[in-house]
Amino acid sequence: MRSKWSGLMIAALITGLLAGCGNGATSSSGASGGSTASTGGKVIKIATQSPLSGGSSIQGEAIKLGAQMSMEDHKEEFTKLGYSLELVPYDDQGDPKKGVANAELIGADQQVLGVIGHLNSGVSIPSSVVYEKYNIPMISPASTATELTDRKLKVVNRVVARDDFQGPAAAEYAIKTAGAKNIFIIQDKTAYGQGLAEAFRDAAQAQGATISGYEGITVGEKDFNGVLNIAATQKPDFIFFGGLYAEAGLLIKQARDKGITAPIMGGDALDSSGLVDIAGADVKGALYSSVAGDISKLPDGQEWTARYKEAFGKNPEGYSVYAYDSMSVMLEAIKTAMGSGTEAPARDAVRDAVRATKDFEGVATKVSFDDIGDNAYAKVFIYKFADATYPGSLEAEIAQPAK
Amino acid sequence: MFSSILQTLPQVLIDGLALGAIYAVVALGYTMVYGILELINFAHGEIFMTGAFVGTAVLFGFQGAGWLTGMPAWLSYLLIILIAMLVTGALGVGIERVAYRPLRKAPKLILLISAFGVSFVLQDVIRFIAELKTGNYIISTPQLFDQRYQLPLSSISSWFTDASVKANTLFIFVIAILLMIGLDIFVNRTKWGGAMRAVAQDRETASLMSINVNKVIVLTFFIGSALGGSTGVLFAQQYGTIDPYIGFILGLKAFTAAVLGGIGNIRGAMFGGIVLGVLEMFASSNLGILTGGNFGAEYKDVFAFMILIIVLIFKPEGIFGKAIKEKV
Repeated sequence: MRSKWSGLMIAALITGLLAGCGNGATSSSGASGGSTASTGGKVIKIATQSPLSGGSSIQGEAIKLGAQMSMEDHKEEFTKLGYSLELVPYDDQGDPKKGVANAELIGADQQVLGVIGHLNSGVSIPSSVVYEKYNIPMISPASTATELTDRKLKVVNRVVARDDFQGPAAAEYAIKTAGAKNIFIIQDKTAYGQGLAEAFRDAAQAQGATISGYEGITVGEKDFNGVLNIAATQKPDFIFFGGLYAEAGLLIKQARDKGITAPIMGGDALDSSGLVDIAGADVKGALYSSVAGDISKLPDGQEWTARYKEAFGKNPEGYSVYAYDSMSVMLEAIKTAMGSGTEAPARDAVRDAVRATKDFEGVATKVSFDDIGDNAYAKVFIYKFADATYPGSLEAEIAQPAK
Repeated sequence: MFSSILQTLPQVLIDGLALGAIYAVVALGYTMVYGILELINFAHGEIFMTGAFVGTAVLFGFQGAGWLTGMPAWLSYLLIILIAMLVTGALGVGIERVAYRPLRKAPKLILLISAFGVSFVLQDVIRFIAELKTGNYIISTPQLFDQRYQLPLSSISSWFTDASVKANTLFIFVIAILLMIGLDIFVNRTKWGGAMRAVAQDRETASLMSINVNKVIVLTFFIGSALGGSTGVLFAQQYGTIDPYIGFILGLKAFTAAVLGGIGNIRGAMFGGIVLGVLEMFASSNLGILTGGNFGAEYKDVFAFMILIIVLIFKPEGIFGKAIKEKV
């Protein structure tokens, strides 16, 4: 009996492994299949890199589909110029190693002129080193880490706001719109939480608010009554939390239990339905900032959403429209680099043309890259939970101060 | 400085006692098993965590069956605790049978490693089940009591600010005190309790006095684990969120509480738990004030563990422990 069971288990394991390999094989053949089909006419390829499998696959796929939609919109234009456009989707699995390996493949394919991606900053940063080597420009629709562009690589660009702008934007909202004067700050001691909280604190102080406390908590803890007791004695009219949604949910709930009624605000890590699950009804009135705007509020948003739904049979995610704009910028730059010539442009010409993008009107955002590849028009959006349902409703959008 | 500490003191005491009651009941499980087997059952934290998940699962079951609306909240609370106690008690017995009994003659280190193995297995099994059922391993528990009471302390004396207490916190006190008194009576007044004390004192001699040592050990594991599981339910109700990793750090602190009170000593564990809970809450509320903002609330654990180290240096057997004299 026992041996039968173990035999079954082994068989199941082997089939699982084979299925896993099978998936890998199909996805790589999908990528290479594209190159064989393209021999003949003049082809311009653009790659996307995002997690198409694993935990962030929903957002990763949204990036791929958004880019694909923009490419299809521009196909005709390029046919007139004598080129066929081709999308080469790669799955970076949210894994830096996989992203770098894919980047080498992308670099080796001479027909690829640009990359749209990645989702995760942790993957964007090492992969961009490889793109730099091959002079392939990348535009990220989602990565926010400051380090990404601070390394001043020539190929790296992004259309969304940087992490160190989110804190000041939140501070501006807190002071100008919410009228906060006495602010209590809690952070979770991680690179993300502390960075955000410090950026918020410095900006809030510069605008004249009093910071009555700056306390830390530990990720994974469940009892934050101690910190909240300190907060309660300071009687703040605004509480800012730098950290993740699991702790934020508990903080919100325990603060309300203590009778602290001040609004509580956090960063884009609170942009999750998990926050509502944890805080329950107490989430009402909580605020969070995000780098992704609410598409339905945009001038062309409704129409764009309808087209997306028709093309792919699903609702767009927050980053879909940013991937769409990234691809549009990339294609525009390729056209510029081509000039009046009929030859496909060189990679470094495209790279420089992307960086030179000024005042490009996208669906979600206007795009102007500065000298390190950040978008001067990137905005931070403030959302508020009007009810205990995710997502919150858009409260404000804050533009970057002119440099 | 002093006045602001005094102002929050009532609230700190309420929060600290709630946390301390939880530590104390979990510490009982450590101390009982240690008293009898001289084994630190490091899987006890995970038994606590399992209790929290079992309680939540049963609560979801009740909700699905629509029983919650018909039943008074305290009754469903008690039922959930009872079910969680039975399940975790049985789990404890199972762990003893599988992971400890075959190794009883092995060196203590082997048992310790076995305990760690069990705790990792439990974490991942629970995580697997939770993700299978809900797609997320951080689970929100519906709360049975959500009333909040304000204690108007500022009207008594201007030294204090108003404190607030959740109905659930009061329930924790009641349940924890009942469990602790019940255990104390059981160990000191009943025949089985006497057998447990006898086995704790000398296993060999006890077996010669016609005490079934294995049965006593099984009983110890059952009671200790059931207590741990019941606290899991209390914890889930108090904080509303559980994940498969809550057992580790809480288990470590409860173990500390047991050591603080004198490991192997049941009343010591209760005392140690409450002291640790209040100390931790006091530290996290006041460290910033006491150190002029140099150390914030995030250093509360360091503070509590420092107290532990100081106690152990000057009284290594713990506050209530008796110094063991080596037999010659």
